[in-house]
Amino acid sequence: MVMLWYAIVSVMLAIYVVLDGFDLGAGALHRVLARTEAERQTLFAATGPLWDGNEVWLIAGGGALFCAFPTAYAAGFSGFYLPLMLVLWLLIGRGLAMELRNHHGNPLWRQFWDTILVVSCVLVSVVLGAAIGNVIRGVPLDESGSFHLPLFSSTGDAVLDLYTVSTGVLALLMLAHHGARFVAWKVDGPLHRRTRKVARILLYALVPALLAVTAATVLEQPEMVGAMAVRAWAWPLVGVVVLSLPALLWLDRSVHDLPAFLVSGALIVALLAATAAANFPLMLRSTIAHKYDVEAFSAAASVHGLRAAFAWWCIGMPLATAYFVFLFRSLRGKARPHRE
Amino acid sequence: MSDALFWHRLQFAFTVTYHYLFPQLTMGLALLIVILKVQAMRTGDARYEDASRFWAKIFGLTFAVGVVTGIPLEFQFGTNWSRFSRISGGVIGQTLGMEGMFAFFLESTTLGLFLYGAKKLGARAHLAVAILLWLGSWLSGYFIIATNAFMQHPTGYSVAANGTLQLADFWAFVLNRWALWEYLHNMCAAVVTGSFVVAATAAYWALSGEHAEQAKLNLHLGVGAALIACVLQIFPTGDRQGKLVADHQPVALASMEGLYHGSARAPLALIGQPDSSRRELENPIVVPAALSFLAYGTFGSTVRGIDDFPADERPENIELLYYAYHVMVGLGTLLLALAFFAAVQAWRQRITESRVLLWILMLTAPLPYIANTAGWITAEVGRQPWLIYGLLRTSEGTSPKVTAGDTIFTLLGFCGLYLVVGLTYLYLFGREVAHGPTPRASAPAEVA
Repeated sequence: MVMLWYAIVSVMLAIYVVLDGFDLGAGALHRVLARTEAERQTLFAATGPLWDGNEVWLIAGGGALFCAFPTAYAAGFSGFYLPLMLVLWLLIGRGLAMELRNHHGNPLWRQFWDTILVVSCVLVSVVLGAAIGNVIRGVPLDESGSFHLPLFSSTGDAVLDLYTVSTGVLALLMLAHHGARFVAWKVDGPLHRRTRKVARILLYALVPALLAVTAATVLEQPEMVGAMAVRAWAWPLVGVVVLSLPALLWLDRSVHDLPAFLVSGALIVALLAATAAANFPLMLRSTIAHKYDVEAFSAAASVHGLRAAFAWWCIGMPLATAYFVFLFRSLRGKARPHRE
Repeated sequence: MSDALFWHRLQFAFTVTYHYLFPQLTMGLALLIVILKVQAMRTGDARYEDASRFWAKIFGLTFAVGVVTGIPLEFQFGTNWSRFSRISGGVIGQTLGMEGMFAFFLESTTLGLFLYGAKKLGARAHLAVAILLWLGSWLSGYFIIATNAFMQHPTGYSVAANGTLQLADFWAFVLNRWALWEYLHNMCAAVVTGSFVVAATAAYWALSGEHAEQAKLNLHLGVGAALIACVLQIFPTGDRQGKLVADHQPVALASMEGLYHGSARAPLALIGQPDSSRRELENPIVVPAALSFLAYGTFGSTVRGIDDFPADERPENIELLYYAYHVMVGLGTLLLALAFFAAVQAWRQRITESRVLLWILMLTAPLPYIANTAGWITAEVGRQPWLIYGLLRTSEGTSPKVTAGDTIFTLLGFCGLYLVVGLTYLYLFGREVAHGPTPRASAPAEVA
């Protein structure tokens, strides 16, 4: 049951990154891709009806984490106090920008919210990536099962150090590329040509960045490599990551946009799932001593509670999937700006 | 002030109070929009459809602010109240998880279809989407109320060896009797807010001589719904909620009434100022024996006073609790009287004739918000000094390593951010109201 819930939480958070990833990426590139107001309207028509549902995967994934692993939730959330509050404010900014921008025709109003959108999408992507970096690197958990870590520091450990900033930048590149692939799939005309060009540049930056950060991860946390080596069931995930890079380079020449978007999504899911598999059963690594690690078996709720939650999860998950299939189907085809 | 507990409490109180200004309107409007759309379909009268489209715009705007201000709440359980999360997550994680799974997905996916899909879907499917959206928002309310009910009156749990609370009986937890009455009381209050906002907006149109037909239609809808909701708010839901408090949180009841000394034939305080140093109510106007009757069903019942309980089990802020409760009850009574009078006028087809009544209806708009907020302050301050009643003290629930400095920093951030959000919301709300409902032909597809 504990392993199952570890997988459920990981998968739900990975779905969050893939789905919200494309609208965060599109938001980060908003002013780069769209040159005219009509093009910006097209971008909003593509992501506008989707962002809120996508963000719910974060809430639902967080809820699943809270429900199944309350100890990990408590330790992680209170330890990452300031970065999480920063994420909250940025998510508020993104949500408001998406929803309020088109309530008013004044060009200054729209410029203001466009800027808020770009800034919050860029920073959310970086901070989410840095969060994963922190989980890999570990945090100073002590015997109380909690930790305190400054946001940045010139002397000691901090939430943002060279390694976690590098995972943050990787996340930004990956989500921006993902967003560009999504936009390319949903638009046509000059906007489409420009988006394809931007996606290509991002892909050329993404490939070396991914290789470099992977190498840095191996140096930072050699334990994960050892764990991965004995977990044959997780090797296909690594396979997907390795294969998706040449596939993306090859698909970049294709006239079709959907396959590249899907492969980009597969790359993100596989990378996150492989990270989760290499970390299992750890949820938060202590940099002080291994005995203070928060690991899944001791952080989990009672088996009775996990069973009850699994029962309703088995009803809720197909429903949620069905809503999304229905929503994407009803929005199929190229996005068109709404008439003013 | 370096007392971290105080700042954790203030930040949660501020963010949750602010957030709930928005869902009370969307949950109320969701029901009213469904009513309008059903009327449109039944009668074929396009004015109902026009009205529902106008309120859909307000719904979309309010819902967006509700979503963005709601996310910090779930986060804060972990960031600011980590000991509470660690101890109770095995139980309340269930309802919070289910809220995401069953309510948020439903709401967020149907909202897009509801706002943008009217033309694509056709009338029947669009009504179905509106009903799903209503269900989603009311379901979300239930999961939150069930979580709060566990904190007020824990059921269905067991205490594990390591001191954490774990789920023992799923249905006893989810169908907590406290949750059922608290939910009904709260949802009626949301409809009160929704219907008075509809009536106040329509009164504004009527007073300024705009959208005459829509003004009348919305006034009738608003005051009719307000009357029904106000009645249900007091009886049976308020009455039953009060009896639960009397049974399970008697010291909260005594504090709400400013009853320092218990007695048989306990009086109900209508007005008066609690004086905690002299331990009596100043300048009281009371109804003799009424509290005994309302709490326990007979005039002779004994109601225990604040001083009958140990000092460390009493709510710390008796004054705030007393006033919050009396503001809620006082406004509830006033709103019922106003809704009754206005509904009689509407029934006589004379509601737009009296400018005085229209002015009063228009200016009433903030009152249901104040009553809702006061009701929640009563519930949450009355729960003190407990975070989970009888099980975990509020002082034992915070994050041990988050400092007062951290929390003051983020509280200031929330204040600034929410000020901007509030001003923007009011500005856009005002613009929509000034613009008013437009017939379909002149404004195709312009939504949100």
